[in-house]
Amino acid sequence: MRKKTSDEDLAKAAADGDAEAFATLLQRHYDRVFRLAFRLTGRADQAEDLTQDICAALPIKIAGFRAQAKFTTWLYRVVVNAAEDARRRQASHSRAAAGWGDVEQLRRAEATETAQAMDWLQRAMRSLPPDLQDTLALTLEDEMTHAEAAAVLGVSEGTVSWRMSDIRKRLRALRQEELAP
Amino acid sequence: MTDDLDDFKALMDAATPAPDAERRTKNLKLAQKNFTHNQGSDAAMRPTVKRGSMARMTEGAKSMLSALSHRGALTATTAIAAVALFMIVPQSRDIVVQPLSRSESPAPAPEADSAALEEPVVEAPVVVEEYAAPVRSKAAAPQQGVSGLVAENTARLGVTSGDATHMMVEREVGILPLSDTEAFSSAEANPLKVTSEEPVSTFSIDVDTASYSIVRSSLMRGELPPKDAVRVEEMVNYFPYSYPAPEGDAPFRPTITVTPTPWNEGTQLVHVGIQGALPQIEDGPPLNLVFLIDTSGSMHDFNKLPLLKQSFRLMLSELRDEDEVSIVTYAGSAGQVLEPTAAVERDKILGALDQLEAGGSTAGQAGLQQAYQVAESMSADDEVTRVILATDGDFNVGLSDPDALKDVIAKKRDSGTFLSVLGFGRGNLDDATMQALAQNGNGQAAYIDTLSEAQKVLVDQLSGALFPIANDVKIQVEFNPSQIAEYRLIGYETRALRREDFTNDKVDAGDIGAGHSVTAIYEVTPVGSDAILNDPLRYGAQAVRDGSDEIGFFKLRYKMPGSDQSQLIEQPIAATQDEVSDDVRFSYAIAGFGQLLRGAEYLGNWSYDDAIGLANAARGEDPFGYRAEAATLMRLAQTLSR
Repeated sequence: MRKKTSDEDLAKAAADGDAEAFATLLQRHYDRVFRLAFRLTGRADQAEDLTQDICAALPIKIAGFRAQAKFTTWLYRVVVNAAEDARRRQASHSRAAAGWGDVEQLRRAEATETAQAMDWLQRAMRSLPPDLQDTLALTLEDEMTHAEAAAVLGVSEGTVSWRMSDIRKRLRALRQEELAP
Repeated sequence: MTDDLDDFKALMDAATPAPDAERRTKNLKLAQKNFTHNQGSDAAMRPTVKRGSMARMTEGAKSMLSALSHRGALTATTAIAAVALFMIVPQSRDIVVQPLSRSESPAPAPEADSAALEEPVVEAPVVVEEYAAPVRSKAAAPQQGVSGLVAENTARLGVTSGDATHMMVEREVGILPLSDTEAFSSAEANPLKVTSEEPVSTFSIDVDTASYSIVRSSLMRGELPPKDAVRVEEMVNYFPYSYPAPEGDAPFRPTITVTPTPWNEGTQLVHVGIQGALPQIEDGPPLNLVFLIDTSGSMHDFNKLPLLKQSFRLMLSELRDEDEVSIVTYAGSAGQVLEPTAAVERDKILGALDQLEAGGSTAGQAGLQQAYQVAESMSADDEVTRVILATDGDFNVGLSDPDALKDVIAKKRDSGTFLSVLGFGRGNLDDATMQALAQNGNGQAAYIDTLSEAQKVLVDQLSGALFPIANDVKIQVEFNPSQIAEYRLIGYETRALRREDFTNDKVDAGDIGAGHSVTAIYEVTPVGSDAILNDPLRYGAQAVRDGSDEIGFFKLRYKMPGSDQSQLIEQPIAATQDEVSDDVRFSYAIAGFGQLLRGAEYLGNWSYDDAIGLANAARGEDPFGYRAEAATLMRLAQTLSR
C-alpha cells in the first residue's frame, strides 16, 4: 500500500517519527543514493562508505525535511554535501587524492574494457573543477532537469545551464586532445 | 545534438556498479536503527533508575543521548568525511561493471526489508529512554522560503534538529513499544529510621557516577534534572577525595568522621570515607595493553570512534615508556593493526590509531581470541596484561554464545590476562553483556560520553580502571539506641541490602578500583536532641543507657579480586567530634546539593546559597576543576529553581 504513497508524504511521516515510512523511503531510494555517490566519488568502495554514512545520518536529517522541496532534491543535496565534505576532508590531509583523482584505481581495474571506460571517465572527471564534477554527476541522473539540479546545488538554473555548456566544451576539448596524434 | 556528454553518460552508466547487496542490507538496518534510536529519545519520559551492577552503562548512555540531537547532527558530516579518507587503504574491492543489474534492486532486497523493519522491535527493550524531553531546545530553525536553502541547512548543519526534537516530543508516545523487562525504580529518599526499632543499616557501595553526569547535562541544557534521576551517593562519589590512605596490606581504609550537620543544628552527620589503596604505579609492573576496538559500522557516530581515538590519545600520555600497547580491531578492517609497541613510540601508536575507521562489513573474525593471543604473546612474568575492549555494544567478536564468552574471559583472567570494557555512544548498547564481560575479566566497565569524561576515566583515574582492588564491598552500620534516637542514610536508596545479605558472600555488591574513594553519609539525631521527629512510643522499650559512648558500630565486608571469601573490617564509631577536612565539607555540599535537587525534605531552610558557600569554602586544591564545575552547576540549579 505504501508503495503508492508519494516520497514527500513518506518523508513527512518519517520526519514525524514514522519508522515504517522511513524504511520504505530509504529502500526506494537507496540505489539512487548509491549511484550518485559513485558518480561523485568515482570509486565503488567509497560510494559504499558514503552511502553508509548517509544512511547513518539520514534519520537525524529527515526530521528536518520540510515539504517545500521535492524529496529527491533534498536527498541529492544530502548526498552532494556528504561527498563534498568527504572530499574536503581528504584534501586537508596529505594523502593521495582518492576517488576521481586516484590513479591507483586504474591499475586495479582488471577488465580492459572497464579500465578503458574508467580511464576516460577518470580523465574527464579529473579535468573538471569540483563544482563542475558535482554538477555533472548530478545531471547524469535520469530525468534530472537543470531546474532540479539547480535546487540541489543551491544555485540558479542559469548557472547549471552555463556549467553544462562549460562541461560540454571541456569534454569536447579533451576528446579532441585525445584524437590528436 | 549528440555530444560527448551522451557518451559520458553511457560510459558512466556502464561503469556504475550495483550497490553491494550485503552492505545495502546493513546500511538499511543501520539507518533504521538510528531512526529508532532518534525516536527513542522521547518514547518514554520516565527516568531510568535501572539498578544493580548493570546500572552504569545504561545510565551513562542517557546523558549522552541528551546531547545527541544537536551535536550528532553537527558532527555527522565530519564523521562522513573521515570515513572516506581512511578507506583509501585498499580493500581490493574491484569495480565490477554490471550494466544490466544496475537499476534493479539486488536480489536479496526482500530480506533486507524485513530485517530493517524488524529491527526496532528488537531494539526497543535496549533503548534506555531519555528522561527529560519536554523543554529541550526551542531554537527551531527558521523556516526558509527557498527550498534549496532549507535543504542546505538540514543536510549540512542539522540546524533544524532542535525543531525536530520539539516535534518528536509532542508526538504521542507509542512509536516504540517500551518493554517491561527493564527494571525501573524511582526509589524514595531513605526515610528516617528510629534506632530502637531498626538499629542496623546495610548497603552496597556504589562507585557509579552516572547520576552526576545526568544532573550536569540537564543543568547545562537549562533544566533541572528530574528528581528521580538524582542519586545523591553517585553525585558525592563522582568527586575524588583524598581520605587517609590504608596502611600495610589492607586494600582500603575507612575513615569515620562525626560532625555537626550544616543544615540542621540538632543533628550530626556521620561521614564514612573509604579510601582505596593506590599501588605505586610508577614502580608497578609493566603494563601490556591490547586495545580491542570495535570498528563496525555502528561506531561511526561522533561520540564513538572519534571520541575513542581522542580518549586513547589522552590515555597514552599516562603510560610509561616500558608499557606496551597493541591494537586489534574487529569487524571491517583487518585484525591486528598495531603490533605490540612500546609506549615510548608514541608516533607509531598514534599513527595506527588514526588509521582506524568504522565501516566495512562484519568480518566475523574471532577478534577477542586474537586480542588474547596478542596479549599472551606480550605477557612476561611480573607484568600486568589487560585487554581493553572498546565498543558501542556490538559484540561480534567471534564467540556468539554469551556464556561461552564469559567462560573464555574468566579462564583468561585466571591465566593472568584481564579485560576491561569501555562503552562508547549508544544505539546498540548491550550494557548487561559489557558489565558481565568486565566483571568476569576482573575489570571495570566504564562509559565515555565526553572528552572530559575520558580524561577522568582514562587519565585521572586510570589506575582505578586498570587495577581493581576489592569486589563485593558491603557496609553495615549498627547504631547505638542509647546514643542515637534517629538516623537516615543519605543516598544509596537503590543500593540497600537486607541485613542478612551482609554476611552472605553470594550476594553481589559494588567493586572498588585502585585509588578510588567511596563516601557514605548518615544524618543522625542524638538522644535528647530537640530535632527528633518521631515521638517516643508509649509502649516501646526505652533505650537503656549502657554507659558506652559509642554511637554505632561500623562493619565492612569485601573480597579480594578473584576470591570467594569475604573479609571483614570493623570499628566502633565514637561520638567525639573530629576535625573536619575540606573533603568532608565538600562531600556535604554535594550531598546537600543532591538533596536540594531531590526536594530537600530534611534540609529545612538550607538553600542553594548555603550549598554554594560550602562548596566554595571547601574547594581545596581541586586540581582537575571538578569542584569548581560543581559550584557552577549549583548556581545554575539555583537560577533554574527560582
